Amino acid sequence: MAKTEKREEKKVVETTRSLSEESDRRELERTWVHGTTMMFLFAVPIMEGIGLYLVPLMIGTRNVAFPRMNAYGYFVYLFGGLLLYGGFLLNIGPDTGWFSYVPLAGPAFSPGKRVDIWAQMITFTEIAALVGAVEIIATVFKQRAVGMSLNRIPLFVWSQVVTSFMIIFAMPAVMLASGFLAMDRLVDTHFFNPAEGGDALLYQHVFWFFGHPEVYIIFIPALGFVSSIVVTFSRRKVFGYTPMVLSLIATAFIGFGLWVHHMFATPLPQLGQSFFTGASMMIAIPSGVQIFCWIASMWGGELHLKTPLIFVLGFVFIFVIGGLSGLMLAAVPLDLQVHDTYFVVAHFHYVLIGGAVFPLFGALHYWFPKWTGRMLSERLGLWTFGLMFVGFNLVFFPMHQLGLKGMTRRIYTYLPETGWGDLNMLASIGASVLTIGVLLFIINFLYSRRAGVIAGDNPWNADTLEWSTSSPPPSYNYVYLPTTQGRHALWEKTEDAPVVVGLKTDCREVLATNVMDAEPDHAYQIPGPSIWPILLALATAESFGVGIFTPWAFPIGAVLAFAAFFGWFWSDPNSENREVKERKVKPKPEPSVKLAQQEEGA
Amino acid sequence: MRTRDIAGSAGIPACIERREARTTVSVLIARLQARNLALPTRGLRFLSAAFLCLFFSGCRGGIQSAIDPAGPQAGRISKLWWLMFYVCSVVFVLVIIAALIAVVRSRSKQSKAARVEKITDKPKLSLSKAEEQRMTRTVQGAVAVTVVILFVFLIASFSIGRSLSSDMENKGLVTIEVTGHQWWWEVRYMDTNPSKIFTTANEIHIPVGQPVTLKLHSTDVIHSFWVPNLNGKKDLIPGKDATIWLQADQAGVYRGQCAEYCGLQHAHMALFVFAEPVDKFNAWMDAQRAESVAPSNESEQRGQQVFLTSPCIMCHTIQGTQANATTGPNLTHVASRSTIAAGTLPFTRGHLSGWIVDSQSIKPGNHMPPIALNSEDVQALLDYLQSLK
Repeated sequence: MAKTEKREEKKVVETTRSLSEESDRRELERTWVHGTTMMFLFAVPIMEGIGLYLVPLMIGTRNVAFPRMNAYGYFVYLFGGLLLYGGFLLNIGPDTGWFSYVPLAGPAFSPGKRVDIWAQMITFTEIAALVGAVEIIATVFKQRAVGMSLNRIPLFVWSQVVTSFMIIFAMPAVMLASGFLAMDRLVDTHFFNPAEGGDALLYQHVFWFFGHPEVYIIFIPALGFVSSIVVTFSRRKVFGYTPMVLSLIATAFIGFGLWVHHMFATPLPQLGQSFFTGASMMIAIPSGVQIFCWIASMWGGELHLKTPLIFVLGFVFIFVIGGLSGLMLAAVPLDLQVHDTYFVVAHFHYVLIGGAVFPLFGALHYWFPKWTGRMLSERLGLWTFGLMFVGFNLVFFPMHQLGLKGMTRRIYTYLPETGWGDLNMLASIGASVLTIGVLLFIINFLYSRRAGVIAGDNPWNADTLEWSTSSPPPSYNYVYLPTTQGRHALWEKTEDAPVVVGLKTDCREVLATNVMDAEPDHAYQIPGPSIWPILLALATAESFGVGIFTPWAFPIGAVLAFAAFFGWFWSDPNSENREVKERKVKPKPEPSVKLAQQEEGA
Repeated sequence: MRTRDIAGSAGIPACIERREARTTVSVLIARLQARNLALPTRGLRFLSAAFLCLFFSGCRGGIQSAIDPAGPQAGRISKLWWLMFYVCSVVFVLVIIAALIAVVRSRSKQSKAARVEKITDKPKLSLSKAEEQRMTRTVQGAVAVTVVILFVFLIASFSIGRSLSSDMENKGLVTIEVTGHQWWWEVRYMDTNPSKIFTTANEIHIPVGQPVTLKLHSTDVIHSFWVPNLNGKKDLIPGKDATIWLQADQAGVYRGQCAEYCGLQHAHMALFVFAEPVDKFNAWMDAQRAESVAPSNESEQRGQQVFLTSPCIMCHTIQGTQANATTGPNLTHVASRSTIAAGTLPFTRGHLSGWIVDSQSIKPGNHMPPIALNSEDVQALLDYLQSLK
């Protein structure tokens, strides 16, 4: 007995000696930065970024509606990301988790500037997301190709529109949460301090009112990728266009009604919680409808099993598991057991990696020819998929079991006697496999960019408009704006399909069409490049960045922002100058070359 | 006796064996493997058997397991889990089979004939009306089945959720106040007679077969109380009151852990629930209510003096002495407990001395400062603390 005790003691001393407050903190901090990055700096921006690139191409217009605002959004996003990573590298990264619950994140329990950096970064990235959402909505509603009435919009574009509306309603909530938190810390406002009449639970409500729709903001664009890929590679009209669109919209609506399922363990009344259980289960219906419709499309089509479609099949496998474990989390009693355990970690990686990252990789393989003009290697693509699929399931499937066995989230260590070691080891091995898969994609990307097979305009013989322009597309997308005669624009295109003529080819002139039926309305010029968006972004960065240290940053920032706005609007109406600039940027011969190509193609 | 069991293995008592004796899970595996015999190929059969074994081996017993229930509440929740698990498994298998059939039956001729980089197939624009209608009906049927399943889940979830508290409400004979601190649990046994109230830490004793009411509070940040073998979790939120009921039907020791991130040492905030027969539980209560044991020899007397003259007295209480601060855990009967530092280490002389002299190397960032004492004082203090049964 004495001997075992001594051995035990020695083991403990050995394991604890290597620990120090600093290394524990770093360990946790890496996790927090991972979560924050993935939710705020990766998932939403990449979906919006792809949307901002593809939507104008897909609806047949030359540019997004407000390119300067777009530039502003990008720079704000960039500065927000630099703030978070600057903080992390200087060892003042966030230390309270990706949702930074108060009072832990409040001034009393998190002194220093770590949480301030996190909170301001949130505000930054959400400004960028809002700007992108406004762009997409305005572009889709006012600049569609003639003939592309609402019921002919490609499903990908619908998914972007629905996501953008969700962003407009969800992001202000989290800005409120992060703004109040920053004010609590900076100027002692006590919004969330129970001792001064504030409420710690309020933060959770406001945060998750954003936090749950956020999941769908990430997931719905991915559904758009899946629809595009399924239609192209099953070579048939999409099955159930109307139910698919309605499902997207239903998901968006219901998505706002289930935030409390993140808070079932808090002392909220039971009847209220059941309402959110109902809503959480209801959202499985539109998701189910879409899965069934895709399977039906494949069933009735003629499939080409190319890498993008393989990724979609992987998506179906993983996402269905994630969706079903989501139903389990919707049930209050079961949630009370697995909430904040590795079961939840497994669940949200199944829905986010399965539901968003696998379609994203499918989309990268699918649109790579359009972006670069070359094909990705099919063989490397299949290897990428295989490694990612096996690796992913090895990492995250065991976590379901770990959660049921009582392993809680956000612990940097556990006692060996808990018996969690083996499954965690399995997960670590899986993580290496997954990483190799992603590295293989990067190799494929770099290699194919230089040496891939030349793609041509439409290597997949796909149906949407972006495949009608050259690969890669010119910066103005189209010289003559296309028109559409059906849902599948290129497949249903007649021989004598008209194009829009009369738009200037020496400046950024686009055609505004009406919202419902996309009938031509008027031509208008969108502004050219300008220095003012980046200056305004700097003024914003000054407010929020310096605002970590002093409230005076905000009045100063307001003055700077006013100056930037002044410059921005002052230069705008001077269209003649802009035209001269445009001519310098785009020499005239280029459009005519494009014209010749088009005639050759025809 | 049980104390020794726990001390043997850093806080995990030997009662695991009892849990393993239960055979329901192994029967289940056998049944599922038998069902797999219907699968077409050997390889597939082997794979799926391996997969199921892996899955169920992960779910077997444990003193911190949600699906190895020891009380009526955890029992009902685990029934809900198995219901949802089986229904969802069937749904998953059906969806995947449908997708695979779709892939196999619909591969295009071009795709079969040669590996081509690009697609030149003409799209199918005129679709067979009969087939589309058949697919529409199938999809409609699948959606209808989904809705039915969801209703079943909803009703099951709601009725089990109600039973978790309604069976117990106002029936608890013992009321315990649990207060979360960074990073330990304060446990206070309430009584209508104020002299019978007593305080301990990190270990909760409950009588077997009786509902117990736990009132949860927090004084600093949000914690979450979770003993998976007995019930789901409940958050301790500063400024809010929360109540949870527990009942253990089998005697044993169950481990719990804080489930809401509460700062650096969140990982080291465990607790143990000891479910004991009623007479044993009452004896334990009586022992806890008594004042601390007076030092019985010279060394223990010196130890008490060290305690009362060093920084210890600033944070801890030992009933029956002048020490009555409440910042740290109550130490009146600390030697009757089986672990120190909220389930981090077994209660042994060696660990205790390491903890007193330099707790920061064991649980970095915790709120107990290092106590500078000479070695004789440390030995005397240990003698004294170990006498506080």
